[in-house]
Amino acid sequence: MTTKAVDRYVAAYQRFAANGASGAPTWLQELRAAGIARFREVGFPTVKDERWRFTNVDRIAQTEFGAPPADGETGDVPLFEDLVFGDPKTRIVATFVNGRFAADLSSLSGLPEGVLVGGLAGALAEHGDLVRSYLSRHADTAGNPFTALNAAFIQDGAFVYVPTDVDLAQPVQLVFVTTAADAPSVSHPRNLVIVGRGSRMSLVETYFGIAGSIYWTNAVTEVVVGENAVVDAYRVQRESELAFHTATSVSYQERNSVFSVNVFAFGSALSRHDLTAVLDGEGAEATLNGLTLLAGRQHVDHHTTIDHAKPHCNSWEMFNGIFDERARGVFTGRIIVRPGAQKTDSKQTNNNLLLSKDARADSQPQLEIYADDVRCTHGATLGPIDPKQMFYIRSRGLTEQQARSLLTYGFGVEILNAVAIDELRDRLDGIIHGRLENGA
Amino acid sequence: MLQITNLHASVEGTEILRGVDLSVNAGEVHAIMGPNGSGKSTLALVIAGHPSFTVTQGSVTFEGVDLLELLPEERARMGVFMAFQYPVEIRGITNAYFLRAAVNTLRKARGLEEYDTIDFLDVLEEKLKVIGWSESFLSRPVNEGFSGGEKKRNEILQMAVLEPKLAVLDETDSGLDIDAVRLVAEAVNSLRSPERATVIVTHYQRILNYLTPDYVHVLYDGRIVKSGGKELALELEEKGYDWLREEVVAG
Repeated sequence: MTTKAVDRYVAAYQRFAANGASGAPTWLQELRAAGIARFREVGFPTVKDERWRFTNVDRIAQTEFGAPPADGETGDVPLFEDLVFGDPKTRIVATFVNGRFAADLSSLSGLPEGVLVGGLAGALAEHGDLVRSYLSRHADTAGNPFTALNAAFIQDGAFVYVPTDVDLAQPVQLVFVTTAADAPSVSHPRNLVIVGRGSRMSLVETYFGIAGSIYWTNAVTEVVVGENAVVDAYRVQRESELAFHTATSVSYQERNSVFSVNVFAFGSALSRHDLTAVLDGEGAEATLNGLTLLAGRQHVDHHTTIDHAKPHCNSWEMFNGIFDERARGVFTGRIIVRPGAQKTDSKQTNNNLLLSKDARADSQPQLEIYADDVRCTHGATLGPIDPKQMFYIRSRGLTEQQARSLLTYGFGVEILNAVAIDELRDRLDGIIHGRLENGA
Repeated sequence: MLQITNLHASVEGTEILRGVDLSVNAGEVHAIMGPNGSGKSTLALVIAGHPSFTVTQGSVTFEGVDLLELLPEERARMGVFMAFQYPVEIRGITNAYFLRAAVNTLRKARGLEEYDTIDFLDVLEEKLKVIGWSESFLSRPVNEGFSGGEKKRNEILQMAVLEPKLAVLDETDSGLDIDAVRLVAEAVNSLRSPERATVIVTHYQRILNYLTPDYVHVLYDGRIVKSGGKELALELEEKGYDWLREEVVAG
């Protein structure tokens, strides 16, 4: 079964390589070839693999996903107004429909001198050398079959380049929309964000699909944070409740840089997101926060790695999960402190609230510490709403339902408070309130 | 206002209250004292409606309404408030948010207009003075990272904001330094009015130096065995609780 599934993607790759992709530069053709070779070798992961033991991807392997329609029907624009924020005249928005850059749905006129935001396909043609020097440098093709598969189909996605010493006031919003199609389709958005020395920017990635549609998004985002640069990133996953979402996000930081990412997972039937932060310069700081809010039979797996490669780096990680009905969450928090990475300070917490007896959450901290002068703490909580808290709140006049809603909201607010962009925070707050009113 | 008659209550089959009689009128301050394990906290929790306790006999009425028939939130809406001995932390929810949610629920129940954020901040500013706190406490999650004393003061802040008719303070003074005890006492005094009543459950006589109770009751082994005025508290302070045991045993 799995072999047949792998063969389908090999055949799709061969068609892709023979057609549209044949005009690509040799280095990119080699990158794709290496990707499919790796995927062919390892195939889809199984629960026998330690890194995948809580997430069964058989449903992805067994579904026949075709290529998405070239010109997806995006419907009316108000849909996009729900996915982006800010003044339409000045905001920076790059929209991708079924994985392809859609210039007509983007808003890029306000870009400062030297800043590039657009599609990767265009960047390959116009800034080939720049793309070549960064693409696939940090996403680990060997470690994750889906990252390898994404590499095999690199064609388009977001390309963001911020030169040195630029303070980008407007957040860069990247919107990935999958349109309704007759048959299930897969897209492999490939995103590359390069932030130069001393620059400052915010990045918002949003993944969205039309409710009721079956598709698969297999995305990879690489963010390179130059020396002394500050990047504030957000990722909002609002895929269709029937969709599959696999993703790899890697941030690579140079000295004295600050990178933070807040991920919000609301959608998809099955999602697996591997987030890796590499602190490869002294004095770098990384924050990884996440909120998962699920119901029905949704399953979301966050597999995080913080790699302290150099001394004097700090990292903070807080993932909260709220699971109702038969939903299931998985959190893995791997923290690596490399030999010599002294004075590392790392704090990790993972809190899970189970709103139903059928909900489930698995939490796995993994600390690998090869230096002796470090401080690493981790903690996890897991359980239903505490009856002591319920009584306390009810004794102040709130009903059982209000108390439950308040306690649940508190789990979300903890992560929401870290959102520095007011308009985005309000938007997310609205989504969380909406979900809680409908019983998570 | 509050009428407790022959109240028996148990937890997991063990009887803790074994026939409590207590009558509290509007305008009065009552102190309930007693040794550890006498049932003081149970009495407070039964009044507030804690689900772990089963009332097996007797009655509790508040302004003529059978309190035991009501949910905890319904009791709160009638004007019953309990300051917890062990206040609970609520992650993510700020003090200001929680207080506004609570006060608006109560106001709605009383047919009053709900406070908007701005109006409420004015109200809060006033109440913060009562407990000598800065506004920084409002933006912190409820009781999270608070010291023991801060948690107790936060209970008093809630009481000041919610303006209950009947406040039951469950060992609010224990674990507090003397300055904090005085502050709690002053807060109770400032809320004193002919329409309100306060029941202070305490192990120590200390807090009674700063507020004069109209009645002092001694709860012992699940019953009120002695009632009197302020002088009873002083007597207990001096002699401890042992002499009571002898008196009770002697009948």
